[in-house]
Amino acid sequence: MKAIKNIGLVVFITGLIIFTGSIFTGSFNLNEAELDNFISSKNYKNELIKEELKKAIVTSEPLSIFEFSSKVRNAYAISNKYYDDLIAKYDAEKNWDKKGAQYQYKIYGKPHTLSFELAKIAGKGSIKENPNLFWWLTFGLGIVGALLFILPNYILLGNAGIKNNGIYLESSTNRGLIAWLVLIYLVGFYLLLYFMPDYVVNWTFIFDPISKALNGGLASQWFVYGFLYCVIMLVMAIRMYIKYRHNKYQIIRTTSVLFFQIVFAFLIPEIMTSLNMPGYDFKNAFPLDYDFFFEWNLDSLRSSGAVGLFILAWGILLTLVIVPVMVYFFGKRWYCSWVCGCGGLAETLGDPYRQHSNKTLKAWKLERWLIHSVLVFSLIMTVVTLYCYFTGTNSFLGINSQWIKDTYSFLIGAWFAGVIGTGFYPIFGNRVWCRFGCPLAAYMGIVQRFKSRFRITTNGGQCISCGNCSTYCEQGIDVRAYAQKGENIVRASCVGCGICSAVCPRGVLKLENGPEKGRINPTEVLLGNDVDLMKLINNN
Amino acid sequence: MEHIVIIGNGISGVTAARHIRKNSDVEITIVSAETDYFFSRTALMYVYMGHMKFEHTQPYEPWFWKKNNINLKKGLVTKIHTDATKIEFHNGEQLTYDKLIIATGSKPNKFGWPGQDLNGVMGMYHKQDLENLEKFAPNNTVCKRAVIVGGGLIGIELAEMLHSRNIPVTFLVREESFWNAVLPAQESAMINKEITDNHIDLRLGTNLKEIKADAIGNVKSVVIAETGEEIECNVVGLTAGVSPNIDFLKESGIEIGRGVKVNRYLETNIKNIYAIGDCAEQHEAIDQRRPIEAVWYTGRMMGETVAQTICGNKTAYKPGHWFNSAKFIDIEYQTYGWVWAQPKENEARFYWEHSSGKKCIHISYDKNTHRFIGINTFGIRMRHEFFNNALNKKLSVDEVLEHLADANFDPEFYKLHESEIIAKFNQENSTNIQLKKKSWKRIFSLQ
Repeated sequence: MKAIKNIGLVVFITGLIIFTGSIFTGSFNLNEAELDNFISSKNYKNELIKEELKKAIVTSEPLSIFEFSSKVRNAYAISNKYYDDLIAKYDAEKNWDKKGAQYQYKIYGKPHTLSFELAKIAGKGSIKENPNLFWWLTFGLGIVGALLFILPNYILLGNAGIKNNGIYLESSTNRGLIAWLVLIYLVGFYLLLYFMPDYVVNWTFIFDPISKALNGGLASQWFVYGFLYCVIMLVMAIRMYIKYRHNKYQIIRTTSVLFFQIVFAFLIPEIMTSLNMPGYDFKNAFPLDYDFFFEWNLDSLRSSGAVGLFILAWGILLTLVIVPVMVYFFGKRWYCSWVCGCGGLAETLGDPYRQHSNKTLKAWKLERWLIHSVLVFSLIMTVVTLYCYFTGTNSFLGINSQWIKDTYSFLIGAWFAGVIGTGFYPIFGNRVWCRFGCPLAAYMGIVQRFKSRFRITTNGGQCISCGNCSTYCEQGIDVRAYAQKGENIVRASCVGCGICSAVCPRGVLKLENGPEKGRINPTEVLLGNDVDLMKLINNN
Repeated sequence: MEHIVIIGNGISGVTAARHIRKNSDVEITIVSAETDYFFSRTALMYVYMGHMKFEHTQPYEPWFWKKNNINLKKGLVTKIHTDATKIEFHNGEQLTYDKLIIATGSKPNKFGWPGQDLNGVMGMYHKQDLENLEKFAPNNTVCKRAVIVGGGLIGIELAEMLHSRNIPVTFLVREESFWNAVLPAQESAMINKEITDNHIDLRLGTNLKEIKADAIGNVKSVVIAETGEEIECNVVGLTAGVSPNIDFLKESGIEIGRGVKVNRYLETNIKNIYAIGDCAEQHEAIDQRRPIEAVWYTGRMMGETVAQTICGNKTAYKPGHWFNSAKFIDIEYQTYGWVWAQPKENEARFYWEHSSGKKCIHISYDKNTHRFIGINTFGIRMRHEFFNNALNKKLSVDEVLEHLADANFDPEFYKLHESEIIAKFNQENSTNIQLKKKSWKRIFSLQ
């Protein structure tokens, strides 16, 4: 069994190396016809960019993606600088007409994204020619290797039951060297994905056939990410099924997040795109779905007929009615650990790292400041955006609409939710984003804390303060602090993963939905004592 | 200002300190020789198993003590001068108290076995035992086999610990079946099976004769009394129960028996000196409890009680209905009320076991009145409040079974066995009990 595991590890790492190494393969260049096609499809009105791009990348020389990217970005920079200089010049001459005329020649968009679009056309090499072979060499090997590594646990873990043996004795799960290497890899992955997609254009070639089959178009980096996300969750869900095979709550919950990721987040939007509808994730609620009210999305929905209007109505209904009503009846767990994609990754890929959440009072204070600030930030951004959308202005309350959207997308959307949220799993735990950043979690947390039927019930006086519950709480709640006082746990941040209840050796904790009355039960003295003493002290 | 000194930073002493602080502003000092901060002794096993780090066993962050103005003092108390109201430390230092609470807990029993003090022989009680185990049994190359002597809760925990690092374990149990002085035969048999299912070499009805040393004073083997068989091993765990840790009181004038003798107010024979927790011995046992109770929650309750007395609200220790819990490798156990190993004269029993052999319940009730007396539940979690209420209200076994759905405390979606349980009871007793649906109203009315 151990040998199978080791073989699995080698196979997995081989797949990972090929996947990572594939970035450096292939060659990139264009012929003139391809460039002309591109320029006309983009509707560029200036000749300079055509000249510059021609000089840069219309060549028979096989450029690497890095050379290619740098040449493309340089071409755009030269072109834009030329017109910026003209603008400055006419500005100095107070020649407003001419100045105004230059803006149409400027090319907007992120340089790496423009480079990605060109690289998608320019790419050549074995990956583009043999995408299916490379799918097997990367994803295929990765999946097979991971399964070989995971499946023997069925035997190796011993009889069904809580088997957290060795978690704090192993480098990978105890913030050792392996954990740091994983962190670096994940952070690097997200930086490339968000900020330098052209560098990983080769990955998208692997997925062109699959993407064409699903939505009719070529694969973008987001298609690769979406597919990878589903594959990782599926494989790590199998790990969960083995680890918690005695615990039906965990089995059902894992199946639920897996279903919503694969069907709602991945398949339905792809199929909608193939039908010329806006691809929409029906479970992704604002304000987690922070760009739902952005102009481009509203425009796209409004121009998509009945489907678009339905999505618009559904999105508003989801946030304003469905989310709070469901939180009232079931707690925010219905979303965070049953439906959400971020939660889904945290509960599968992130499960081995759940113990790293910080349990100190300081961390709790930081959490409350940070998460509510993000909620306020997202709301201000949305108010500004909507005001500007309906009035046609550029700013509201002195806040520039484009600026606040860009800032939020960059700081919260990319860095907090992606790079930090997932990249930091191995060191800071699997719910960094959900605990400190997610504005939807903040919103649901307020409902859960003040108006909900959900609580974790503490079972009388059975707690022995062992600390398993607190240690394995991914949200950093000091569960024991409540349990040892016989107090129910009613906390805004609880996502109802149910692991505290699972790891409790004395059967003290139960996630329940019940009447609001008596949900919060502060006690001074626990059950077991003489009734008179309890009454006396609790009444004081 | 009045100075309250508490010897021992376990659950009893710390609970007393917290509740005294809540009710007064006297000076409080907690003394311990074992650790700087309070930790959960019951969680030591999880540190060795790698489920937690030692710091996770500490329920309060280090700043807690200063913030609550509770002094912590590290030192081994060797004498108490009751006339001078002073305690004396190992190094001769002295500390004056106005009121003294002795909460020194237990120590593992040793029965004078030859070789019981060799290197590699240890109990599993103190933090130092954990460090010792880490030294002598870090893995299965250093420790090729461990032998555990004594079949109680700590014994099976130690077996589970060593098993988690794939160290072969031989488990010597004096009784004919595991923990059968406490558990009825059926439950005891279930745990025997759980132990052997985990590839632990369980030897029932087996006593230790001696522990043999190698040339440098390390454990080499043990010899079995009954057969003379010699078992090679590198570690011997002595887990044959615990007794009060009170040797330092012998010349203090404080009355001791097996533990520190106390009355219902947890007062010793000397004014202003109290004893709580594992080390306290009631002059007369309370209800059917033992005079000395080495249980987590009784220590906590004694701490709560003595704090009331010290803060001027003289309160007798009146533990409510007996309850307890444990986990035997993968099988959780809870008990509410009394289910003796052997039924008493007035008791009838009802036993149900799941086909998996890993779940069962065992109910004790009065033969004539049908009054519910107690329940053992294995592999099924049950609500403490439900049974506390059943015992308070002297419900009959029929009423308890009827409302068994209210009692269930398993996680959501778990398979429920209540109807199967009741069907069996009805069949055996020719009754017609109908299971009522779970009712939140009833559950809440228990509080």
